[in-house]
Amino acid sequence: MKKENKIWQVITASSLGTLIEWYDFYIFGSLATVIAGQFFPKTNPTAALLSTLATFAAGFIVRPFGALFFGRLGDLVGRKYTFLLTLVLMGGSTFAIGLVPSYESIGFAAPIIVLTLRLLQGLALGGEYGGAATYVAEHAPVGRRGYYTSWIQTTATLGLFVSLSVILFTRHSLDVDPAVSIAKFNAWGWRIPFLFSIVLVGVSIYIRLKMQESPLFSKLKSEGAISVNPLKESFGHKENLKMVLLALFGATMGQGVVWYTGQFYAQSFIENVCKIDFDQSRTILIWAILFGTPLFVVFGSWSDKIGRKWIMLVGMFLAVVTYNPLFKGLLELSDTATKTEVVAAATLKINSVSIPNSGDFVRTALSTKSYTDGTIVTTTTTDTLYANPAQTTLKPVVKISKVLANGIYWKMVLIVFIMIVYVTMVYGPIAAFLVELFPTKIRYTSMSLPYHIGNGVFGGLTPFIATLLSTMYTADALAGLQYPIIVAAVSVIIGTLYLDSKINTKHD
Amino acid sequence: MNQIKKLAGIIWLLLGPASIYFIVRAAAHEIAVKPGVDTVIQWGVFVVIFIPIAIGMSIFGYYAIKGEYNH
Repeated sequence: MKKENKIWQVITASSLGTLIEWYDFYIFGSLATVIAGQFFPKTNPTAALLSTLATFAAGFIVRPFGALFFGRLGDLVGRKYTFLLTLVLMGGSTFAIGLVPSYESIGFAAPIIVLTLRLLQGLALGGEYGGAATYVAEHAPVGRRGYYTSWIQTTATLGLFVSLSVILFTRHSLDVDPAVSIAKFNAWGWRIPFLFSIVLVGVSIYIRLKMQESPLFSKLKSEGAISVNPLKESFGHKENLKMVLLALFGATMGQGVVWYTGQFYAQSFIENVCKIDFDQSRTILIWAILFGTPLFVVFGSWSDKIGRKWIMLVGMFLAVVTYNPLFKGLLELSDTATKTEVVAAATLKINSVSIPNSGDFVRTALSTKSYTDGTIVTTTTTDTLYANPAQTTLKPVVKISKVLANGIYWKMVLIVFIMIVYVTMVYGPIAAFLVELFPTKIRYTSMSLPYHIGNGVFGGLTPFIATLLSTMYTADALAGLQYPIIVAAVSVIIGTLYLDSKINTKHD
Repeated sequence: MNQIKKLAGIIWLLLGPASIYFIVRAAAHEIAVKPGVDTVIQWGVFVVIFIPIAIGMSIFGYYAIKGEYNH
């Protein structure tokens, strides 16, 4: 009973910290547009350049470096202090972002400070996951590692859930008038989710400080058997390097694209391609995540009985064969061409505002159309009317926002839920799978790198490559799916051929 | 099964350089189409990060051909 209590303390301490780290990392991504307006004005090319660096460098370069840096540290000095350090680094950086004065106040110092803090966030995230997964797995009985580590696996999705919820709540609670509340959020309210992080991190640090070092690492240390050079042993020795490569190409690469497609590209697709309203596109994901999250534990636990391999590979395979129809379903549900308009309910409001000292006007046309199934489409067209007739009017900016009726909304939730089920299949058992692939003395280093290349690089690239493919093949709205489908398919083939379906009990 | 693993290793070995060729070509094309500093950084990061991964894929293929993953 006492042992059972201890493992739950370990899981709570590890999971809470990891959840907060994901929350911290996601709020920056979710608020990227607002942050760009505050720190990276597009009118200034250098600031815009720093913005691009913040987006790309933090996700793709710094995370694998964080994995190497903190992985090495964790194999040298221990898991407990290393993943405590990553938590302090992440929490401190996040809180500090909430305090940085805007570009208007302090000029170039603002984007440079924010970029530095974002890079520190990426570094910390790279070190956190491997530490938490290793720490839990090394406390868990060998036959139950899938179940116990699956609690860690819920944290990435729950971190996204908490970040979306905190952002939506803050955005709508700063004023009784929704429009004023949103304006306040864009002006200063966006800082609240960042500042709120320090409370969560403080609690998590307190809990983690009271925990003991992993028993397996302590045993190694007392025997003087810890690795002298974890990086060399992990990647310089063929016996271990071949397993690192197998973990990357046969598992984490496919897992990464399925994870990002279900949780990020789906939301982006609903908002930008289907043109669903800002709030609805987020709450659809929130519901799907809420219903799907318990399945991480189900699949993690199941993997203790039937092995990790086939649960992960079946999840990837299902994603490969069903992504096209699922995303096509999202498109069809939002397509107004197949709906019947209630013509009498259509409205059009035109508003012109003069631009001071120019004689020009900004004209905004707000058109609203209602459909028999309850869908409401608002089209906002903004253009400039010049006083000088010789001056050419620029192309109007058109923004479409669809608010779905209940029935269609829940059908979309169901489709995204199916994608989240795939996420839980590929992600639920993977911590146990990675932990069991490598020996204790180099485990933190060895498992962190394939995880962050698979998840951060292959997965993180999904939105960019998918968008790029969509711009190259404009006639096909589903062209962007080719990237996750091909990458996951390669991973399924490699995993099927080379991964062992038996649970690896070779290492402690 | 071991024979299939070894033969498939040839595909993984070749996939490495093929990926490098594809990504460098895509980067050159995109930079030529949109020659801004944003595009250069974006694709520069992709190329820098993917080349070691592609080399890793070739090493994986080499190990597979050598029978390192045989059971």
